Amino acid sequence: MPANGRRSERFVSREGRDLRRELLVSPCPELGLVAMDGPSDPEPSLVFEAGRVVEIDGRREPDFDVIDHFLARHGIDPEAAAEAQSLSDDEIARGLVDVDTPRDDLVRISRGLTPARLAHIAARLDPVEMMFALKKLRARRAPANQAHVTNLKDNPALLAADAAEAAARGFAEVETTVGVSRYAPLNAIAILVGSQTGRPGVMTQCAVEERRNLDLAIRGLVTYAETLSVYGTEPVFVDGDDTPWSKAFLGSAYASRGVKVRFTSGGGSEALMGRSLGYSMLYLEARCLAVVRAAGSQGVQNGAISCVALALAVPGGTREILAENLIASWLDLEVASGNDAIASHSEIRKTAKLMGQLLPGTDFVTSGYSVMPRYDNMFGGGNYDADDLEEWMTVQRDWQVDAGIEPAPEDEIVAVRESAARGVQAVFDELGLPPITDDEVEAATFGATSRDLPDRDRGADAEAADGLLARGTSGIDVVRALDARGFADVAEAIVAMQRQRISADYLQTSAVIDATGTVRSAVNDPNQYSGPGSGYRLEGERWECLQALPYVVDPRELVDGEAAGPPVVAETGDATAGDRTDEVVVAVGPAFGDALRSTINGLAHEDVLAALCDGIREEGAEPRLVRVRRSSDVAFIGHDGAVLSGSGIALGLQSKGTAVIHRADLQPLDNLELFGMSPLYSLDSYRAMGRNAAGYALGRPVGPVPTEMDNYARTKLIVKTTLLHARETEAIVPDAPAVELALARGASSRGQSLGRGRTNP
Amino acid sequence: MGFDPGADYPLGRERPELVSTPAGHSLDEITLAAVRDGCIGADDLRATSETLRRQSAVAVAAGRSKLADNLARAAELVSVPAETILDVYTALRPHRSSAGELEAWAARLESEWDAPLTAAFVREAKDVYARRGLLAGERAQV
Repeated sequence: MPANGRRSERFVSREGRDLRRELLVSPCPELGLVAMDGPSDPEPSLVFEAGRVVEIDGRREPDFDVIDHFLARHGIDPEAAAEAQSLSDDEIARGLVDVDTPRDDLVRISRGLTPARLAHIAARLDPVEMMFALKKLRARRAPANQAHVTNLKDNPALLAADAAEAAARGFAEVETTVGVSRYAPLNAIAILVGSQTGRPGVMTQCAVEERRNLDLAIRGLVTYAETLSVYGTEPVFVDGDDTPWSKAFLGSAYASRGVKVRFTSGGGSEALMGRSLGYSMLYLEARCLAVVRAAGSQGVQNGAISCVALALAVPGGTREILAENLIASWLDLEVASGNDAIASHSEIRKTAKLMGQLLPGTDFVTSGYSVMPRYDNMFGGGNYDADDLEEWMTVQRDWQVDAGIEPAPEDEIVAVRESAARGVQAVFDELGLPPITDDEVEAATFGATSRDLPDRDRGADAEAADGLLARGTSGIDVVRALDARGFADVAEAIVAMQRQRISADYLQTSAVIDATGTVRSAVNDPNQYSGPGSGYRLEGERWECLQALPYVVDPRELVDGEAAGPPVVAETGDATAGDRTDEVVVAVGPAFGDALRSTINGLAHEDVLAALCDGIREEGAEPRLVRVRRSSDVAFIGHDGAVLSGSGIALGLQSKGTAVIHRADLQPLDNLELFGMSPLYSLDSYRAMGRNAAGYALGRPVGPVPTEMDNYARTKLIVKTTLLHARETEAIVPDAPAVELALARGASSRGQSLGRGRTNP
Repeated sequence: MGFDPGADYPLGRERPELVSTPAGHSLDEITLAAVRDGCIGADDLRATSETLRRQSAVAVAAGRSKLADNLARAAELVSVPAETILDVYTALRPHRSSAGELEAWAARLESEWDAPLTAAFVREAKDVYARRGLLAGERAQV
C-alpha cells in the first residue's frame, strides 16, 4: 500500500477478482512447497553391484526406504540402465522433442532411469516442448475422456440419466462415488444401466473403499478402478496404510477379477500430508510413477489431481503438473491427466492450465469431467461441469482438437436420459428395490440438479442395498431385469460387457471399448506419432462430428428472407449535382431498401430514412435521397453523396446501419463524423445524425452526436456484419453513377414525408 | 493353431476360440438368450488363469514386462477366494503382520493355490518390511 494510505482504485478492483480468493505462496522447499528442481532434490545416480541396484539417487542400499527397495527390485531394467547411462540428460531431453526419435526408444530408455533423473530431464523442457513430448508419448493413438456422475441425493434415476448422457456424448469411462458407502451397489447399477443405454462399451467404476470396490467388480457391476493411491515418500505411503507391495498386490487382485486398474498419484499430496521430507513435487511424483510402473499397473491418474490448487500456489505449478503427465506417458503408462478437481477460482487460469493436456491430447484428458452441474458433484466440485459443456466443445472446434466430448442435440439427450431413467426404474422394480417413481424419471430427464428430484427414503435404499449384496445380486440379474421389462438392447450391451471380462483384453495398457465392442488399447491402436501428418489427426467424419455443434448456424440461412416484399425505395434516374446550399444528400448503399431491408440493429430501412430526414429538417436543411451503386464502403458512399450535395455535405448510410457525415472537399477516407456502432443505434440516433449533418450544411457549430460504446458489439455481430456487408457488396454495379431515390409507394406510412419538403417550424 | 501374443490381440476378436469361461463356455455362448435361459451363472463370467497368462504374454510381446508380471500374478490369484485375497492384502499393509505371518501366507499361496510368483512377492515384502520396521508391532524408522 502506498505510504499515505490511499489505495489505487485499479489495485482495489483487481483484488476483487476471483483469482485473489486463492493464496499464492513463494517457494518453501522445507515444506515441499516447491514445484520442481527443489534445492534438496537428490542428484540422479544409479549404481549396480553384481547385477543388483545398490544406489538410487544418492541413497545407498542400507538407507533405502520402502520405495527405493521396490524400485531396486522391480523398477529398473539393467539393460536399459546401461543404455541410459551412456546418454546425457541433454541427449535424452532432445530425443523427447525430436520427431525422428521413436516413442519405443524413449520408453525403453525410461526403464533405466531413476526418479531423480526422470524429473531432471523433464525439467529441461519448456512448456511447449513438454506438450509436444506428451503428444508424442501418449500410449493410445486416440485421446479420450472420462466423466464423473454423482448427485447429492444418490438418486438412481438421475445417476442413470447422467451416465447415459455422458456415454452419448462420447465419454469412454464413467466414474461415480457415493455419499453413503452402503449405497455403492445401487449407484454402480444406476451408472451401469445408464452408460450402456447411452452407448454400449462405456466402462464404469464406483470409487469406494477397496473391499467394497472389489466386491462390486466380482459381481460384474463395474469394470475398472482407479482408487489405488501411491505416494512419493515412505511416511506418507505408510500413513496411507499401504506399501508398494500391498498396492501392487491389490492391483493384481483386481486384474484377477477382470478389473481394469489405474493407480492414482499427484504432486503436492506429500506436502499436504505433511511428509514431503523437503523434496519437490515433481521429484516425489517421479518416485510415485516409477512405483506405478514397477507394480505393473497399466496406467495412472495423475497431474496433482485433488492437490491441483496446491501445485498452482507455487511458481511453475502448472508446468510441474504437465511434467507429471509427461513422465507418466514416458513410462508407457495410460494417463488420465487430472483436470477434475477445481484448479482455480479464475476461469482464465484454469483454462490456461487445461491447455497443457487438451492440446497434446492424453488418454483421458480429464480424470473426470462433471457431466452434471457443480452442485451435484461429489468429487470436490468439478473443474469443468455441465454448464461448461458448450465452451469445452467450442474450444475443441476452435483448435480442431479432440478432447473427447461430442455434441448432441437436445432431443437426443432428453430421449437417452429418459430411456436410462426408465431402465433403472425397471431394474429397481424387478430386483425388489424401493421403487423409482415416474416423477423421479421425469425430473431426472428434464431437471437441472438433484434439487429438482423428489427425496427418496434413504434409509430404505441403504437397507435394500445391503439386502441386494446379501442375495448375491450381480450383473446377470441386472441383465435379466432389463430383458424382462423390454430393455433388450441395454441387456445385450451389459451381456457384452460381461463377455469383455472373460477375454480380459481391456487389461492391456490404455484400453477403451468402442461402440462395436472392440477393445482399443496401446497394443492394437498405439500412438505412433512421428511428425506432421502422422498419429492421431482430428479430421474426416470425427472432425465433422465435433464441429457440428447444435448452436452453429449456416451463414447462408442467416440473412435469408431479408428481401421480402417490394423494395422500399424506387430509383428515379441518374443523380445530378444539387444547387441548394441548404441541401443534405442522404446517400445509401447499393442494397439499401432492396436486397436488404433493415439495419443490423433490426431497424426497418424506411424508418431509418424517415428519422434521418426528420433530423435534417428539424435543423432547417433539406434532405435529398440518392443511392451510390459503385461502392459498398461507407466512406465512398458518403463522399460520393457529398460531391452531389449542393451544400457539399452528405450523410452516407450502409444497409447495415453504419453512417458517416462527409464533406465534398475531404479525402474519401476522412470524414466529419463516423458512426460505426450500428448495432446500438436507435431511430433517435439517426435523427440526431440528421440534425448534425444539417448543422454542417448550414454552417452552424456542431457538437458530436453522443454515441454509446459496446466493446462486445464486434464479438457478437461480426459474423452478421460480414454477411450483411457481403450482400451490400454483391449489389454493387461497377462504375455506375449514383441514382436519385424516392420512397416506394406504400412502403411505410411514416416515410411519406420523404422528399416532400416539409418545413421545420 | 498356436497362440501368437504379438498378433492375436484382442483375444476376444482375433482368437475367440482360445477364450472360455471357468466352466468352459465359449465366448459365443455368452448371449442374452443363454442368460435368459439361466445357462450362465454369475460366477462363470470371468477370465480364467489361462486367459490372463495369454494377456501376460501379449504384454510381454508389446514390451511391457512389468504389466506382464502383474498379469501373471493375477493369473495365479484367479482361483484364490475373494475373502482370502482381501486377507492377504490386509496382511501386506504396514504394521499388520509379523515376518512369520507373511511367511505363512507365502507358503499357503504356494502350496494351496500354486501361486509361486505371488508367494515370492510376499516374501520380498517380508524382507523389506523387516528392514524398514514395517512389520507388526514395529514403528517405522523415519
